[in-house]
Amino acid sequence: MALATAGCSKEDQVVLNVYNWGDYIDESVIKEFEKEYNIKVNYEDYATNEEMYVKIKSGGTNYDVVFPSDYMIEKMIKEDLLLKLDMNNIPNFANIDDRFKNLDFDPNNEYSVPYMWGTLGIIYNTKMVQEPVDSWDILWDSKYEGQILMLDSQRDSIGVALKKLGYSLNTRDINELEQAKEELIKQKPLLLAYVGDEVKDMMIGEEAALAVVWSGDAVYMMSENKDLRYVVPKEGSNYWFDNMVIPKTSQNKKEAELFINFMCKPEIGLKNTQYIGYSTTNKETMKLLDSEILNNEVAYPSNDIINNCEVFLDLGDFIKEYDRVWTDIKS
Amino acid sequence: MVEKWIKRFYAFLLYLFLYAPIIVLIVYSFNSSKSRGKWEGFTLKWYVELFKDRQIMEALYYTVLVAFLASIIATIIGTLAAIGIHDAGPVKKKLLLNLNYLPVLNPDIVTGVALMSLYIFVGKQMGLVTMLLSHITFNVPYVVLSVLPKLKQLNKHLAEAAMDLGATPFYAFRKVVLPEIMPGIVSGALIAFTMSIDDFVISFFTTGSGVQNLSIKIFSMARRGLNPKINALSTLMFLTVLILLLIINRKSSLEIKGKDDVA
Repeated sequence: MALATAGCSKEDQVVLNVYNWGDYIDESVIKEFEKEYNIKVNYEDYATNEEMYVKIKSGGTNYDVVFPSDYMIEKMIKEDLLLKLDMNNIPNFANIDDRFKNLDFDPNNEYSVPYMWGTLGIIYNTKMVQEPVDSWDILWDSKYEGQILMLDSQRDSIGVALKKLGYSLNTRDINELEQAKEELIKQKPLLLAYVGDEVKDMMIGEEAALAVVWSGDAVYMMSENKDLRYVVPKEGSNYWFDNMVIPKTSQNKKEAELFINFMCKPEIGLKNTQYIGYSTTNKETMKLLDSEILNNEVAYPSNDIINNCEVFLDLGDFIKEYDRVWTDIKS
Repeated sequence: MVEKWIKRFYAFLLYLFLYAPIIVLIVYSFNSSKSRGKWEGFTLKWYVELFKDRQIMEALYYTVLVAFLASIIATIIGTLAAIGIHDAGPVKKKLLLNLNYLPVLNPDIVTGVALMSLYIFVGKQMGLVTMLLSHITFNVPYVVLSVLPKLKQLNKHLAEAAMDLGATPFYAFRKVVLPEIMPGIVSGALIAFTMSIDDFVISFFTTGSGVQNLSIKIFSMARRGLNPKINALSTLMFLTVLILLLIINRKSSLEIKGKDDVA
C-alpha cells in the first residue's frame, strides 16, 4: 500500500473523521483499520439522515466518510455537498453486488459505495393471523381492528398506501397522493397506533398482530419471538440503502477512499453484517455467510421481490405536498 | 383518619409517578433479553459489556471531562461575576442581572445554533474546545444566580472589619467572604456539573472531530434500538448521583450540628 504512512511519528499521523449511524459498525473493524494503515479514526454517530445533513451543510466540521441513505445521497449530490470518488482507489467496489449498483439516486455510482440494504414489509404473529399474508390489503382488514401498527414516518406510511393502490412511492401526481391520503384516513380507526422504535418491543411482546417494519429489524424481532413472520407484499415495496460517501468537508480524500475500500473487503463486510444484523451489499461477503442466513428470505429476498421494489427519491419541493397530506392524516 | 390516608396516598402517587420510570430502567438493566418486551431472567452481562464498549466509555470520558472542566471554570468566572454584580450601583446592577437572566431563559436550541454560527464565523473547527467553551457559556449564569443570594445575606461590614484589623483585601476575601458564600458556590458548581452532563442540544450543534458526549451517543442509537447497556449505564449514573446527594446531605447536616454545638 503506497498510501500507508507507516513509520511516521504520531504527530503527523493522518486523522480520519468517520460519521456513521449509531451502532452501525463492528468496532473491531475500526481498530483493524487503524493498525493496518497507521491512521487514527475519529468516530462519531448520528440518529437520522437530517441530523447528519445539518452538520455537513452548516460547516465547521471535517468529516471524511459518512453513510447517508438513498434519498439523502441524491439530495446531497444536487446540493453539491459530495466529492466524486476515484474508483481506482476503491478496487473492492468490484465486490459489490451488481444489483445494488447504478441505482436511481446515484446513477453511475460516481459518489457512493453501497454498505447495507433492506426492505420494508409486514411482520405478523402467526398465532393471531392464521391466513397467509402477501398483500398490503391485510392492513385494511377490519378483522384486525386495534391490532395493527403503522410506522410514524411520513414517506414510509404514505408509501405503503401508494403501493397498495399500485402507484409509485415517489409519485408527484397530486391525485394519486390524495387517494393515498384517503386510504390512510380510512385505515386509521383500525390502527392500534403509529409507532417508532417501540414497534420492536410491542411485536416481541405480542401486543399487536401486524406491523409495518424494516427487514433488518424484522430479523431481530423474529430471533426474539418464534411466532413472527415477515413478508414483502406482492404489490411491491420500498428497498433502502445506506451508502458510503465522501462529503466536501473532507480534508483526507485519499485516506477516506482507503477506508471505503477497506470496508468493502469480504471479511470486513462479514464482521459488520454479523454485528449489525442488516443485509450486506457485498457479494463476496455473501459467499462467506452461513447458508441459513443467505437463504433467509427476510434478509436476502429473491430477485422477484427486489425487482418489485423502489428506492425513495428526493422529491424536491413536492415534499411539501407530502407534509400537508401527512398532517391531514395525523390530525 | 381519612384525611391522613388521602395524604399518604397522594404522596405515594406523586413519588410513584416520579420514580416508576427509573425503577423500570434499573430492573431492565438486569434482563437477559435484549428486548424490553419480555423478561428472560437475571443477568449482569450488560454491565460487563458496558465496560468493554470502547465508544460508550469514550463518550462517558468526554462527558465527565467536559462537565468537570466546564463546571470548575464556570464556577470561578461566575463567582467573580456575582461579586462584581453585587457591588455595582443599582441601575448597573439591574442591567447586569437582566443580561445574566437572558441566556438562562433562552431556549437551548437558540443558544446552540448561535454558538455554532459564531464558531463557523471565526473559522473554529468543531471539537472538544468548542464544546467545552459552549458548556462554560451556558453554565456561568447559573453559578451567578446561585452565588448572588449568599452575597446578599453577607454582612458587608465583615470584610471591612477584617481590613481594619490589617488584612489585605485579598486576604479578607479569602478568609472572610469566601467561607461565607461557599454554600452558594458549591451548589452553583453542582448545578453547572449536572447541566453539563444533561445537555444534548447545545452539544449537538457545537461538537465534531469524533468528540461526542453520552447524550449524543445514546440518542444516535435510537435507529437501531436502545441497548440494555444504556440501562446499565443509566443505573450507574443514577446511583452515583444518589450517593453524591447523600454525602452532601450528611455533610451539611453535620455542619449545622457543628454550628449548633458552638452556639
